[in-house]
Amino acid sequence: MFGIAIIVFRETLEAALFVGIIAAATRGLVGRSRHLAAGVLAGVTGALALAWGAEGISTLADGVGQDLLNAAMLSLALTMLVWHCVWVSNQGQKAAIDARMLGASFGRGQQRPWALVVVVALAVLREGAEAVLFVAGYARGSDPAATVAGALAGAAGGIAIGLLIYLGLSRVPMKRMFALTNALILLLAASLASQLARSLSQAGLINAGGQSLWDTSNWLRVDSALGTLAHALAGYESQPTGLQLTFYLLALLGIIGGSRWVKSAQSRARLHDRNDLG
Amino acid sequence: MTTLQRSVFTLFLGLALMAGQAFAAEPEVLLVIKNHRFEPAEIKVPAGQRVRLIVHNQDATPEEFESHDLNREKVVPAGAKVTIYIGPLKPGRHAFRGEYHEATAHGSVLAE
Repeated sequence: MFGIAIIVFRETLEAALFVGIIAAATRGLVGRSRHLAAGVLAGVTGALALAWGAEGISTLADGVGQDLLNAAMLSLALTMLVWHCVWVSNQGQKAAIDARMLGASFGRGQQRPWALVVVVALAVLREGAEAVLFVAGYARGSDPAATVAGALAGAAGGIAIGLLIYLGLSRVPMKRMFALTNALILLLAASLASQLARSLSQAGLINAGGQSLWDTSNWLRVDSALGTLAHALAGYESQPTGLQLTFYLLALLGIIGGSRWVKSAQSRARLHDRNDLG
Repeated sequence: MTTLQRSVFTLFLGLALMAGQAFAAEPEVLLVIKNHRFEPAEIKVPAGQRVRLIVHNQDATPEEFESHDLNREKVVPAGAKVTIYIGPLKPGRHAFRGEYHEATAHGSVLAE
């Protein structure tokens, strides 16, 4: 039972961290809970469907179907996060400044965190499908009651950590909390990019950069408690490949660079507007 | 079909096409999962070359092929036969295991 709990815990943790961090990042938005719940529900439904079709999917495309599907899901989630970080979060700031200048209220459209809802749904979908597949398979070979109990304990553990992160972030004052959630979302995006790199080389789509660059497993094992958390939160790998590191850094630089560019373009536009008015 | 579904579908199709072209003539090695064990428990592959590992799960339960040494992680559903590309590897022993049955499912790739 303990073994089941550990595996389900690992699968749940990453999804729970996504939900916890994104719930904190969307604090104060109208209808946020409803949107997030819809994201989680869509993810769970998708996970059940994906687990059900797992055998068929995995044999597609000459045995790399599952990696291709993962790569597609990771790419979509990554795109949404990049879009959110570069565009939406700056748009929010711009809207806040505009609102102050014009005395108008926020544009309603900018308050809908669709990109983040998609990210939540995909995180639950990816991790949930593996958990469902594992638990369903395990239940067939052993005592179903013990299996379910172990799975529930593991899931509860993962969700508890997601909740802890959310509650911890909620205690931080609003202004600083957004800086913090932005930084965490940046790490999650980089982590997705690194997972995407692995899916692509595992599927044989990219041959370059396949060798691992270093080995820090003596220092921090990925399957230790701290390593699991570092992996889920920031994409820690003890033996990352060159391709993974490249994708990781590209995601970080792309988001930071893109965000700066949008910000400076917006302040230039504001300056321009003000000159026109004056 | 929503925009989201369409983009997922398009992406998937694109990747599938790319994958089709990527299948070159790599050395191929078959690995069977039976009674929650890998057979053979040690496979030999050439070093410095990408290898196509075919994993056939003959058990009624799913398994996750996992290896930090190989930087690979892939679920193999019950009865499924999947492909995992590994390497190019440095010479030496690279351990892997079945995450869902860690007590029995161990193995290693010997690159030489």
